[in-house]
Amino acid sequence: MKFGIVVFPGSNCDHDAYYAIKHNLGYEVQFLWHKDTSIPADIRCIVLPGGFSYGDYLRTGAIARFSPIMKEIIRFAQNGGLIIGICNGFQILTESGLLPGALLKNTSLRFICKDVFLKTINTNTPFTSLIKKDSILKIPIAHFEGNYYADNDTIKELEDNGQIVFQYCESNGVVSEQANPNGSLKNIAGIVNKKKNVLGMMPHPERYCDATLGGTDGTLIFQSIANNFL
Amino acid sequence: MPKFLATVKVMLKKGILDVQGKTVENSLKTLGFDQVSHIRIGKYITFFIDSNTIEDAEKIAKEATDKLLFNPNIETYEIKVSEMSEKEKQ
Repeated sequence: MKFGIVVFPGSNCDHDAYYAIKHNLGYEVQFLWHKDTSIPADIRCIVLPGGFSYGDYLRTGAIARFSPIMKEIIRFAQNGGLIIGICNGFQILTESGLLPGALLKNTSLRFICKDVFLKTINTNTPFTSLIKKDSILKIPIAHFEGNYYADNDTIKELEDNGQIVFQYCESNGVVSEQANPNGSLKNIAGIVNKKKNVLGMMPHPERYCDATLGGTDGTLIFQSIANNFL
Repeated sequence: MPKFLATVKVMLKKGILDVQGKTVENSLKTLGFDQVSHIRIGKYITFFIDSNTIEDAEKIAKEATDKLLFNPNIETYEIKVSEMSEKEKQ
């Protein structure tokens, strides 16, 4: 089981993800440069990390989606490969059309960096299989554009297909407006595509894989991914 | 080859809350502009196009906009293309 982390110009959570996957969790991992035109055959899961690829110019993720490696990433997804996009990675996935919708500016117009609670709505995905249904995860967010938006038909489709994976909630699991940090429709914090092999989420699981950093709930996501290949 | 000037106006779709516009509107109201409402903030993008005809230039501007400059999930756009005067080219 080997992870590949794509490094775009402006990625800044790539090393956090590397550290969490290799040193906290003990899985194999390597960086992939955004100009690469192939993905090594032993990579089982691609991580699109957080950061500010291409300075967030034009729209977040809009330019990164045309990096040379993205053609291969789209092919990798079409062939059923697992992809997790975190924060800016989620934005790149929506821009590239691998996930529906878009991430707008937070309604507060503030960059928000804090712990949030997440309710796991769908545990029947390759990313959440080790998480107990409806259990609450504590994972940090750090973003300015995390306000998930899609038109009504798309939201209904996401609900009907079980594509909403994480919702912002209170510490007791209640999904409320108060618990919504950024204005996301339906408190959406993370979604998967229809085939459920591509996950995008605004919270940063790689930041909570080490107890000394404040939490370890993020490990469940990487362990769930690895669990597909045992 | 003639040069054309393309201007692309990109706006958030109607119905999507424009939090930036809302904040600026609130600020203007604080400054006493009670008559002002419905502020929306978009992007105004300009670029030059080398092309033999205005039709080709319009086609290029539209393709560039569709491919990169706007996101159909959340935005709409208007494009204008005009031949540049000698002064504009400088």
